[in-house]
Amino acid sequence: MADENPNQSENKNPVGLMDRVKEEIKPFQQKLESDLAGLMQPQKTALYKSIFRVKHDETPRSRSLGVLSNVFLHLHPARVNRDAVRYGYTWGMGGITFYLFIVLTFTGVLLMFYYHPSKIVAFQDILYLEHDVPFGKLLRNMHRWGAHLMIITVWLHMFRVFLTGSYKKPREFNWVVGVLLLVLTMLLSFTGYLLPDDQLGFWAVTVGTNMARASPGLGHEGPFGPQLGMTPYNDVRFALLGGSIVDSNALLRAYIWHCIAIPIIASTFMIVHFWRVRKDGGISGPSPVGLAKEIKWDRLDER
Amino acid sequence: MDWHQLWVITSTPDNVPIVALLFLVPFYVWYAFRQAFANDRLIEQLEASPEMAKTHHRKTQPYQSGWAKELPVWPFLLRMEFLAALIVTIVLFVWSITLNAPLEEPANASITMNPAKAPWYFLGLQEMLVYFDPWMAGVILPTLIVVGLMAIPYMDMNPLGNGYYTYKQRKFAIWTFCFGFIGLWVLMVVIGTFIRGPGWMWFWPGATWDHSRLIFEINRDLDQIVAGIFSSLGMLSVAEFFGNIWVRTVFGAIVTGLYFAVAGFAIHKLIVATEFNRKVYARMSMLQYLTLQVMLTFMLLLPVKIVLRLLFRIKYIWVTPWFNI
Repeated sequence: MADENPNQSENKNPVGLMDRVKEEIKPFQQKLESDLAGLMQPQKTALYKSIFRVKHDETPRSRSLGVLSNVFLHLHPARVNRDAVRYGYTWGMGGITFYLFIVLTFTGVLLMFYYHPSKIVAFQDILYLEHDVPFGKLLRNMHRWGAHLMIITVWLHMFRVFLTGSYKKPREFNWVVGVLLLVLTMLLSFTGYLLPDDQLGFWAVTVGTNMARASPGLGHEGPFGPQLGMTPYNDVRFALLGGSIVDSNALLRAYIWHCIAIPIIASTFMIVHFWRVRKDGGISGPSPVGLAKEIKWDRLDER
Repeated sequence: MDWHQLWVITSTPDNVPIVALLFLVPFYVWYAFRQAFANDRLIEQLEASPEMAKTHHRKTQPYQSGWAKELPVWPFLLRMEFLAALIVTIVLFVWSITLNAPLEEPANASITMNPAKAPWYFLGLQEMLVYFDPWMAGVILPTLIVVGLMAIPYMDMNPLGNGYYTYKQRKFAIWTFCFGFIGLWVLMVVIGTFIRGPGWMWFWPGATWDHSRLIFEINRDLDQIVAGIFSSLGMLSVAEFFGNIWVRTVFGAIVTGLYFAVAGFAIHKLIVATEFNRKVYARMSMLQYLTLQVMLTFMLLLPVKIVLRLLFRIKYIWVTPWFNI
């Protein structure tokens, strides 16, 4: 068809230019229409299928696969105890704690863009953040209040787990991991307290780390500390602060513990914590109540 | 009544979480125990009629035959999680827009804050400094709290109450935990926040935080009080005897030993209080039992010292050349 001259064809078929153009674009129009019709069902697109791998329809199988084959949701089982979905049993405190950890990581990374862990500029960075950075004040407020909220939700989560006896067999070890996470949460908050380098943080950390010098055997004011050769320059408080007073080294150490070390340690324990929730048989209840007279005391340890 | 002072304390931005705690903890205690008592009533019914125990689904949640025991996570759990995330986000945004994070003057080692307070969640430990020396309040007791918490599942041999709220079946465990969590930890955080003012002195709510306030109280050690009693009885030679540090050490050791004996005995009585508790006790190994005793006697040491200090102005019960308790 290469020899076909547009001018010649125009002479052979004396129709209007518009009609010819309409004729020519018909195949494209059809393609566009079928594409648009395809967009009405995004689940059928190759892009969607490549991302989600499974069909998304109302069958139980698809619902299960939708959870199990999703990297972010695969921590969940496919199905849960129908009563555990109610708010009353778990209060959602563990999940809220994890969500707050994500919020804090997000706001924390943004704060790191504006903060230098140096005694000279740390306080100025906070002022800059509060007065000049767009939404800087909101960012800092969210990080602080989120941290306080996380401590409250961790406590309430522990309270709920205790009152439902969820630490009992086979979940003993996951309670231990949970206690470590509780301690790490408070340490995360505590190390962050110093970073604004203001009077509040300075004296709070001074009060806090002063206790370390009273450690038995490891602090220079603790029982048996001096006898074991502890001085203000080699005891456990010195190791925490990188010096004998709360100063620039302490600021840097708090920063590194706060932004790198403890988040990594806590994340590791969180992975174990969530993994064990699943491996120990999922969420503990609400399970049917037991009766004292039904216990077979001599066979309890066999399980 | 200094309402302004009260407002200053409660509206300090960093104290807002504790104000929230004052509402949240009672609410969730009520919420948990409401479910616990509902379960307890069900347990009573089931125990009374074996026929019912055979057929009942044994939960207080509604149930109809034919209902699946499990629900798909999508959408039933995930929508709850999404809703929770949404609500928390909104709460956090509103809180962050309306209330600014505190920022004091730049850190200055030569200007002491008064009162210099730890972050609120550590105020329990700071409050313990009133009753114990730093090595106890700041190191030994926190370590015992953490280790004791971790040891709970390995000490609690009660097979009942796994996976549901109950009070009746786990009275001892629940009383112990609530006493430790609410009666000691949360209460001391609240005291540290609202009651302790300049110089870490006790200001009742509504009292003005007077920075020049002086308290002339003489805190004495237990052995000096005993020595005082002897001297007032005219037995001066015995009283003089208590001036010797080694006598004081031995006396304190005896008193402390006596405390642990009495507290241990009382706790033992509670552990074996009922028929059911005795069966649980029979399951415990020696190690489990002794660990439980150590944890609980040390926990009780705190309220004992609070009472001794606040009511009887006794500072130490055991004075030695190396440490004091």
